[in-house]
Amino acid sequence: MIPAQTTNDFDVIIIGGGITGTGTARDCALRGLRVLLVERDDIATGATGRNHGLLHSGARYAVKDSESAEECIRENTILRKIAAHCVEDTQGLFITLPEDEEIGYGLDYQKQFIDACTRAGIKATAMDPREAIAMEPSVNPALIGAVQVPDGSVDPFRLCSANLVDAKLHGAKVLTYHELVEIIREGDTVRGVRVRNKTTGQTSAYFAPVTVNAAGIWGHQVAEMAGVHVGMYPAKGALLIFAHRVNNVVINRCRKSADGDILVPGDTVSVIGTTSTKIPFEECDDVRVTPEEVDLMLREGSRLAPSLMTTRVLRAYAGVRPLVSADNDPTGRNISRGIVCLDHEKRDGLRGFITITGGKLMTYRLMAEMATDAVCEKLGVTVGCSTATTPLPGSESSDIKEISKKLWKMPTIAQKASVGRVGTRASQIKADDRFERSLVCECEQVSVAEVRSAMDNLDVHNLVDLRRRTRVGMGTCQGQLCACRAAGLLGKNRLCVKKEREDLASFMEERWKGLRPVAWGDALRGAELSAWEYSEVLGFDKEDEQ
Amino acid sequence: METKMQEKNISANELEQCVKCTVCTAYCPVLKVSVIYPGPKQSGPDGERYRLKSSLFMDNNIKYCLNCKRCEVVCPSGVKIADIIHSARETYGRQIPKVRDFILASTDLMGSVASPFAPVVNAVTGLGATKFVLDKVMAIDHRRTFPKYSGTKFETWFRKEAAPVQGTFKKRVSYFHGCYVNYNYPQLGKDFVTLMNALGVGVDLLEKERCCGVAKISSGMFDTARKHARINIASMEKAMSDGRKVLTTSTTCTLTMKDEYPDILGLDNTSVKDGIVLAIRYIYEMLEKGEAKIAFKEGYRARAAYHVPCHMEKMGLSIFTRKLLKMIPGMELVSLDSNCCGIAGTYGFKKENYARSQAIGKALFDNINAVNPDFVACECETCKWQIEMSTAYKVKNPVSILAEAVDIEKTKKLNNA
Repeated sequence: MIPAQTTNDFDVIIIGGGITGTGTARDCALRGLRVLLVERDDIATGATGRNHGLLHSGARYAVKDSESAEECIRENTILRKIAAHCVEDTQGLFITLPEDEEIGYGLDYQKQFIDACTRAGIKATAMDPREAIAMEPSVNPALIGAVQVPDGSVDPFRLCSANLVDAKLHGAKVLTYHELVEIIREGDTVRGVRVRNKTTGQTSAYFAPVTVNAAGIWGHQVAEMAGVHVGMYPAKGALLIFAHRVNNVVINRCRKSADGDILVPGDTVSVIGTTSTKIPFEECDDVRVTPEEVDLMLREGSRLAPSLMTTRVLRAYAGVRPLVSADNDPTGRNISRGIVCLDHEKRDGLRGFITITGGKLMTYRLMAEMATDAVCEKLGVTVGCSTATTPLPGSESSDIKEISKKLWKMPTIAQKASVGRVGTRASQIKADDRFERSLVCECEQVSVAEVRSAMDNLDVHNLVDLRRRTRVGMGTCQGQLCACRAAGLLGKNRLCVKKEREDLASFMEERWKGLRPVAWGDALRGAELSAWEYSEVLGFDKEDEQ
Repeated sequence: METKMQEKNISANELEQCVKCTVCTAYCPVLKVSVIYPGPKQSGPDGERYRLKSSLFMDNNIKYCLNCKRCEVVCPSGVKIADIIHSARETYGRQIPKVRDFILASTDLMGSVASPFAPVVNAVTGLGATKFVLDKVMAIDHRRTFPKYSGTKFETWFRKEAAPVQGTFKKRVSYFHGCYVNYNYPQLGKDFVTLMNALGVGVDLLEKERCCGVAKISSGMFDTARKHARINIASMEKAMSDGRKVLTTSTTCTLTMKDEYPDILGLDNTSVKDGIVLAIRYIYEMLEKGEAKIAFKEGYRARAAYHVPCHMEKMGLSIFTRKLLKMIPGMELVSLDSNCCGIAGTYGFKKENYARSQAIGKALFDNINAVNPDFVACECETCKWQIEMSTAYKVKNPVSILAEAVDIEKTKKLNNA
């Protein structure tokens, strides 16, 4: 038994390493609080890393939910400044197709849409079809109208990591791979948490006057552990990744939100999504994409950009939106994406416990601000929020060319790609010799130096974590060439070949999981070659049989 | 017909067919001798994904690609790697060529200017002082031997000497001679006409022939290349309207007109593509089908080392040369290992490429020296310059070898020509 603790090591404990949790950790740390963040897995493993990566302009919500639309455009403007290296200003198009007219979403609706955007403060400009095709050549040429809005793309892994880095720079303690086993309560007060280190199996207790539940869809269970109820609504959304960039401008449909109606260019790929299906809580840990969802995405996607019909699909994935249920709508589409911040003292009479949920990637900063305000109120801290104006580490400048030139005389493609990933923090990526400059991941241009820097600075415990920090294994080869190289570097760091072999095997398994729903054509050929290499060249199967 | 959902993957130059097997990298002759070039995989399908994101990720070192197309030959997935690279140079690269590149690329213009003054030009380009100036001012390497210009253009010779008698032949072909035959080495064209006539086939020139454009493509002059290509396609279409073929003696011109016109220049050449035939193949097939007969000189003896030019490898046509040359009694044909000679047209003339060019060719030169043949057989004119400059051996086009070994009079009689 752990002896009862009388002093608090922390001011606030945050449960959950998604964008809400890391964002809240950063905000709290910036306001001078002593922060502990616990996460049962790696950061950005839930809905944070499983969405479009769309920097919403808010236009999507303008007609039906002006509050969300206003929130989005405010945060859109803020993120462009504070998270410059995570954001790409692609702009977005809302297109009207002939079939939309038939169901009442023709050019009359377009007018209504533009008005609603304008009211919400979103710059929306009507374009004729020719202009739209010139702006984005992949767009469906059958379109009868288009509206340009300030959409963009945002890399959630980078964003999450940058928030965590800043939280740590301001003294936060971070425990990833620590599973919550108990919310320690004393009467009607939450005193702290008991967590189990998943690597060692050891259990420890941590205490703080305030605990924040920022566990996304898993926040439902976290609340139950604390003895309160938050009615969550797990809505699964499936997405497909295409193997190269089909579009450079986000393409949306100018009509009521539906399945597969957003195509987002992100880094070297394009992503189509999504769906909205209610799933049981038990499935949240292992969501899978069904063949029907794949077909649906391709069919609907090809209405946005016809070339998707014949573009190689890299993988499929799905996430679970942490919606808070309001009614019994079976699709989940009518639930507001609004932010829910619950002070359980006021709501349930449970002191020292806050739940921050709902919302979306776009509004994470605002969610963090609201949660931190609530924490500060409880602690009597009066420091104001500065996250809307303080750039995240790496985002001091967004000009890849300029940053690269300052660091290297003749920057290589991989060095520029690194700057694209970590922004000004690329100065920490030393690349003194040819080995350091050589590539681990050829598809995504990740150097040995960048991998080493991520291992040293970004809480990387295994290859999957490394992928989220650097894009190793996210490219066309899906780990075929890079995973074993990265495993070599990681194995050297952890000084255990056996563990690293297991890590490598599970990494490749994870890659296969995403490939499986789209395993045909060239993607399947690639996977076959990969499987052959791992079994016949690296002897993977064979050793396991022994 | 509408394409079915995901029935096949379509992407520019088969970018997405790449399964990252990296075979191209293993076979790239540049990569073997130089680390400055990112290699076919990185310059091609890998780099393209980044370039699609932003032109910021254009690596200018992809210009070190020889366009030998060995990567495309070995690619088991049919990715047009070299085409991805060369298209990227147009889309993302520097658009205005240097004066030097303009001069090297303008094989036609330089030819027509130099030919009338051939003796002077040849003497001057051979001078150490000229080479020094070209090297310092133009960055054309001083160690390079320049191709000689001929005093009389092939076209002039043809119109005067050959054209009048072509009317006597019932069967006719048109001949795309290329800049090299026209300005530098009309003998090859003459050999071709003599041989075809002996085989009972009349030869006409195209109404309008322009440089095929390969040198312009490799120096980044895409618009000029496109202009010329359009004229060539139109001329060939016209010639082919009576069902005839357009024969060529240059492998690179052939490859350019058949493959690069659509793949790099984005031009539709379907009307002429199949009608462009390398002379050696046409001759072999005629003999094979019994449409012509051939008689060889008695007592012809030669030991030739056959070097397959890269673009011949790419087109997969070397089998025809081998079969034809082996028909010659007294011919001992030694096949050289498959290697790039390193010159790649104008590539090896550029000062920054000279050392690399020679390093790439070394394996071939050593191979030739070891075989010690009477001469080297090779279809490509720039391989010829490179091998003749870098070894002590003469290089002959298989058409010329054939013309030399054939008993022209006897052959004529056999074909009632």
